[in-house]
Amino acid sequence: MTAVLQAENIVKVLGQGAAEVHALKGVNVSLGTGELTLLMGPSGSGKTTLLSILGCILSPTEGAVSVGGQSTEGAEPEELADLRRRNIGFVFQSYHLFPTLTATDNVRLALDVRGERGRKAVSRARDALAMVGLAHKLTSFPGQMSGGEQQRVAIARAIVGDASAILADEPTAALDSENGHAIMTILSEIASDAARGVLVVTHDPRLLPFATRIVRIEDGRIVSEEQGQAKRKVKANA
Amino acid sequence: MSLIQKLAFRNLFHDRLRLIATVIGIVFSIVLVTVQMGLYLGFGRMVTTMIDRADADLWIMPQGTKCFEDPALLDVRKRFRALSIEGVAQVNPVVIGFADWRTPAGTTTPVFVVGSDVKNGGLHPWNVIEGQVESLSIPDAVAADQSYFDRLGVEGLGSTAEIRQQKVRIAVVTSGIRSFTTTPYVFTTTERARQYAGLPSAKATYFLVRVAPNADIEQTRRRLAANIDEVEVLTTAEFRERSRSFWLFDTGAGMALFAGALLGIIVGTVIVAQTLYSSTKDHLDEFATLRAIGSSGSYIYQVIIWQAMISAIIGFCLAAIAGFAITALTAGSALPILMTPLLLAGLFALTVAMCVASAIAAIVKVMRVDPAMVFSR
Ligand SMILES: Nc1ncnc2c1ncn2[C@@H]1O[C@H](COP(=O)(O)OP(=O)(O)O)[C@@H](O)[C@H]1O
Ligand SMILES: [Mg+2]
Repeated sequence: MTAVLQAENIVKVLGQGAAEVHALKGVNVSLGTGELTLLMGPSGSGKTTLLSILGCILSPTEGAVSVGGQSTEGAEPEELADLRRRNIGFVFQSYHLFPTLTATDNVRLALDVRGERGRKAVSRARDALAMVGLAHKLTSFPGQMSGGEQQRVAIARAIVGDASAILADEPTAALDSENGHAIMTILSEIASDAARGVLVVTHDPRLLPFATRIVRIEDGRIVSEEQGQAKRKVKANA
Repeated sequence: MSLIQKLAFRNLFHDRLRLIATVIGIVFSIVLVTVQMGLYLGFGRMVTTMIDRADADLWIMPQGTKCFEDPALLDVRKRFRALSIEGVAQVNPVVIGFADWRTPAGTTTPVFVVGSDVKNGGLHPWNVIEGQVESLSIPDAVAADQSYFDRLGVEGLGSTAEIRQQKVRIAVVTSGIRSFTTTPYVFTTTERARQYAGLPSAKATYFLVRVAPNADIEQTRRRLAANIDEVEVLTTAEFRERSRSFWLFDTGAGMALFAGALLGIIVGTVIVAQTLYSSTKDHLDEFATLRAIGSSGSYIYQVIIWQAMISAIIGFCLAAIAGFAITALTAGSALPILMTPLLLAGLFALTVAMCVASAIAAIVKVMRVDPAMVFSR
C-alpha cells in the first residue's frame, strides 16, 4: 500500500478575531491505495476541514500535505487546482451536479476541465456511469433523478478521470438507508482498485461495515485509528 | 458545441427573463449606436452631395473656404487666368447663394440657389424626372425637387413663382435632391443665380476645373495655386473632406453624434455587466464546484466570456434587423441613416467588445469564489 494523500501536523485556524476557530489542532493522517477509510466524528469536530485540506481545497495554517508524494507547500491556487484535477475526485453531501447538464455531460465535465474532449471523453463518461449502475440514465438531467442516482452521477464524475484519491463528505447523509447502502457499496468497489484510495467522512455508524480503516476525530484531534471490519479486497490490477 | 459553450448557453437560457433583459439592453444600446453612427455617415455623405455631383477635377475657391455652402466670392477675371494655365481644359463658374422664394399665394420661403451654365460642365441638377437640364438656359427656367413642391407652393412642371420680383418657372423637376439644412435647392444659370441672390455680376463662388486628358491633376493644381492670388485650389476629394470635417466637427454635430453613441455604449455595458454579474452570482455554486473539481481559472472565465458572447450574438442580430429597418424607413428623408458593411462589422465588433468588457465584473466576482463553499451547501 502506498500513500496517495499524506497530511502531517496539520493545524487549521478558521475565521478571524473573536470568531477564530482552531478547527484542526495537529493532525496526522494518510490515505493509502486499496483502502476505504472512514473519518468519523461528531458534528463540528473538523472532519470537513480535514477533508478540504487533504483535497487541496484549503491550505493548512501549519503542517504539510503531499499528494502522490508531491508536497503542496507554497503552491499557488492554480497549481492546487491542477493537483485536484489530476489526483482527486470529490463527492459532496449535496451532490453539486449541474442542473442544466445531462448525466453524461456532468461526468464529462471532470474530463473537460483536464482538456480531455471529443468522442473518447464521451465514451469514458458513459463507462463511468455504467460502472455506478446508471447506463440507462445517460441523458437524464439531475432534476429527473432520485437523490441516490444523483449521488451516483457525482461518484462517476469523481472517478472518471482516474483520480487516485476519492474524497467523500457525508455522501449518504441526504439519502435513505437503502440508497446509502448502495452508494457505500459502489465506493467500496472503487476502493478495491489497487490504484485508488477512498476517504469517506461520516458520523453515521451504519457505514462502519464498509470501512477497511476507521479514523476518529474529536475537537480537531485524531483520537483513534483502527482496522475496519471490511477486508481489503484489492483486485490484482492487470 | 464544446462543453464550455454548452454550459454558457444553458446558464443563459436557464433564466429566460434575465436573458431577455440582457438582450433588450444590448439591442437598445446597439440600435442607439447604429442610429448615431448611421446619422454620422448619412450626414457626412449628405453634406458633400453637391461636391460629389459636380463635374470637376479641381476646385478654385476663395481662400479660407470652409464648406460648399461658404458664401465667399471670387472675381471672374481669375477664370481667364486659370484658363491660361497649362493642363487646364475647362473652367466653369458656379454661383451659390440664398434667396427668398415668393409663392403664388404670396408667402416667402428661403431657397438655396445653385447657378451653373448648362452649355458647359459644372453643377447641374441630377435625378431629373421631368423636363430637360438644357432648358434651364431659357430666361425664367429653374429646377426644383418634387419633395419641396409644397414648401415652394408649386404643383409641378410649368408652375411659376417669384424671386426678387422676377418670375421663375419650374422647367426641370428632380427627385431626391434633398438638403440637410432643409432649405430647398433651386438650380439655374450663373447669371440668374447672381440676380436671385443679389450678388455682384463679376463674381462667382467656385471655378470648377477640368484638366486636360493627359495632364496631371496634382501638377495642375500646384500651377493654378502658384499663379492665382488669394485663392485655394483643392481636388474634389480634398474639398469633400474639408466640407465634411467642417460640418461634422467645426459645428459640433459629429461630436454630438459620437457622444450619443458613447452614451449608448455605456448604458449597454452597464446593463449587460449587471445581468451577467447577477447570473454569475446565481451560478456561483456551480463555479465553485468547477473550481473544486480542479478547473483552471481560465476554464471558468471562458464559460462567462461565452455567456457574454452568446448574448452579444443574439443581441447583435436583433439590433442589425432593427438597424436595417430604420435605414429603410429613413431612406427617403432629408437625413437618411446609412448602414454600410464597414459600419455593420464595426457594430458587431463593438457588441462583442461591450459584452466581453461587461464580463469583467462577473469574472472578478468568480475569481473570489471559494471552492470550499461546496462543502457548506
Ligand atoms: N469558514 C469558517 N469560519 C469559521 N469557522 C469555521 C468555518 N468553517 C468551519 N468552521 C468551524 O470549524 C469547526 C470544524 O468545522 P467542520 O470541519 O465543518 O466540522 P465537521 O465537518 O466535522 O462538522 C467547527 O467548529 C466550525 O464551526
Ligand atoms: Mg462537515
